[in-house]
Amino acid sequence: MNELVFFINNVVVSGTVSSSIYAMGAIGVTLVFSIMRFAHFAHADMMTLGAFFVLGLTMLFPEVGVAVGLPSALILMPIAMVLTAIVAVGIDRAFYKPLRDHNVKPIVLVIGSLGVTLMLQGLIRLFAGTGSRSLYIAERKDIFRLELPGELATRPIVITEPQIILFFCTVGAVVALHWFLTRSRLGKAMRAMSDNPDLARVSGINTNTVIAVTWMIAGALATAAGTLLSLDVVLKPDLSFFLLLPIFAAAIVGGVGHPYGAIAGGFVVGFAETLAVFNWAVLLRPFQDMLPAGWELPTYLAFVGTEYKITVPFFILVAILVWRPTGLFKGKVL
Amino acid sequence: MPLLDAQDVHGGYGSMNILNGVDLAIEAHEIGVIVGPNGAGKSTMLKAIFGLLQVSQGSIRLRGEDITNVAPNKLVQMGMGFVPQEYNIFPSLTVQENLEMGAYIKPRPHTRLLDHVFELFPPLVEKRRQPAGELSGGQRQMVAMGRALMTEPGLLLMDEPTAGLSPLFMNEIFTRIKEINAAGVGILMVEQNAKQALGIADKGFVLAAGQNRFTDTGQNLLNDPEVARSFLGG
Repeated sequence: MNELVFFINNVVVSGTVSSSIYAMGAIGVTLVFSIMRFAHFAHADMMTLGAFFVLGLTMLFPEVGVAVGLPSALILMPIAMVLTAIVAVGIDRAFYKPLRDHNVKPIVLVIGSLGVTLMLQGLIRLFAGTGSRSLYIAERKDIFRLELPGELATRPIVITEPQIILFFCTVGAVVALHWFLTRSRLGKAMRAMSDNPDLARVSGINTNTVIAVTWMIAGALATAAGTLLSLDVVLKPDLSFFLLLPIFAAAIVGGVGHPYGAIAGGFVVGFAETLAVFNWAVLLRPFQDMLPAGWELPTYLAFVGTEYKITVPFFILVAILVWRPTGLFKGKVL
Repeated sequence: MPLLDAQDVHGGYGSMNILNGVDLAIEAHEIGVIVGPNGAGKSTMLKAIFGLLQVSQGSIRLRGEDITNVAPNKLVQMGMGFVPQEYNIFPSLTVQENLEMGAYIKPRPHTRLLDHVFELFPPLVEKRRQPAGELSGGQRQMVAMGRALMTEPGLLLMDEPTAGLSPLFMNEIFTRIKEINAAGVGILMVEQNAKQALGIADKGFVLAAGQNRFTDTGQNLLNDPEVARSFLGG
């Protein structure tokens, strides 16, 4: 039983956590691509930026969460989402729109977004330093230990407060996005523009509004994902380097341009990562007694070492580009 | 005053001129048909009217108002609709959402406009919740026409509405076009099926090398032996 608890803690819980973060990031990447047709490499840095906005706000008002019993960072997150949404629109106006107006090839926009990546990372370091920060300033992180009934399991299932919040935030974001895309006028216009930009234009859809709304959604979701990740682990200025590849892998696995595909892709990549670094030898341990004497089970049995976790999305990315470049949901080819 | 009056229109893509002085006029409630060999500039003329390419010389008027080089979204607001030949639907949107996008600039609710389009194209009613990309060619064409009709245009431009359709669907589309026209919508379309199209046309324009070769009523053009010999395949 302890082995099963170990599996739940290390695969089910942590897989869901990283999958949710990847999914929220990948939705932003896929939306930006479907509307503006370029791979936005600065997306992971918008996640970091959003989380740093939360850090700044939490330093200003460290006590706001105490009254309601939630982390202050979470209470202040919506404000940071709005700030990042504004910054995202500003970045588009300042850097991407002039390029679009010149009818440049998508690759030029991609390179432009690399420039924005470097700029954002520099700005974050300039104002917040280079060290790791915790979003828990006045509080402690709540950790829940669920003891299982019975004699067999002596170890508890461990789940932290931010992990629970993260899961519910992801579900909330997905439901809200679905409602927006299928019920609201602007959401439908967004899907229309993704389907056929020329026809959207001749139908009288204001493409500039759609572009601005896309950046707002991408920025807000990036902030939520970045903040929740930082609550769970830690906030660093170079967080984006560990997020960029899995997020793009998730968007491509799901089929670029498909928000629901991005969610599925996030879970594929997130769970592939956790399953690949999981030590399967633990699950084999109960069978040791059945083996003839002298046969030893290996003590460590994982596909890749934890320090090589980042290679997993890379392999997924290569595999999907070779065998199914349109992704699971028949998206566009980057 | 003619509904649409284009005079001596020159234009093309970039510096390459495809139209070398096309004249074309239709009255309200008329069907105008542009026919001619490949590369004659038929679709180009339609795009020039709809502001999709630069007109370098000449003038285009809608109910007397100059609309030369006016942007397409403005023209939609002025009561013009356009059905492109290809990529004329939103494939992942449902049929109803496609139609709603057509009425994007109209105040909501769109119930009356939707009912009107569904009345014109009854086969679309039961498909309204289905993605438009899953429909047959003929039904897609209905969605495309329906989308353009959602703004209640006074003039509908159509680029080869029957291209790639089986003869059965072709007849159906021609019947619908006559119905739309009977409801008071002026129509200007480009057609490959010249005989059938001229059969329902009030005005016919035979273009060749970016210029008018013949301009007459549809019936007269059909009966003209020279038109028949050179452009209608005998």
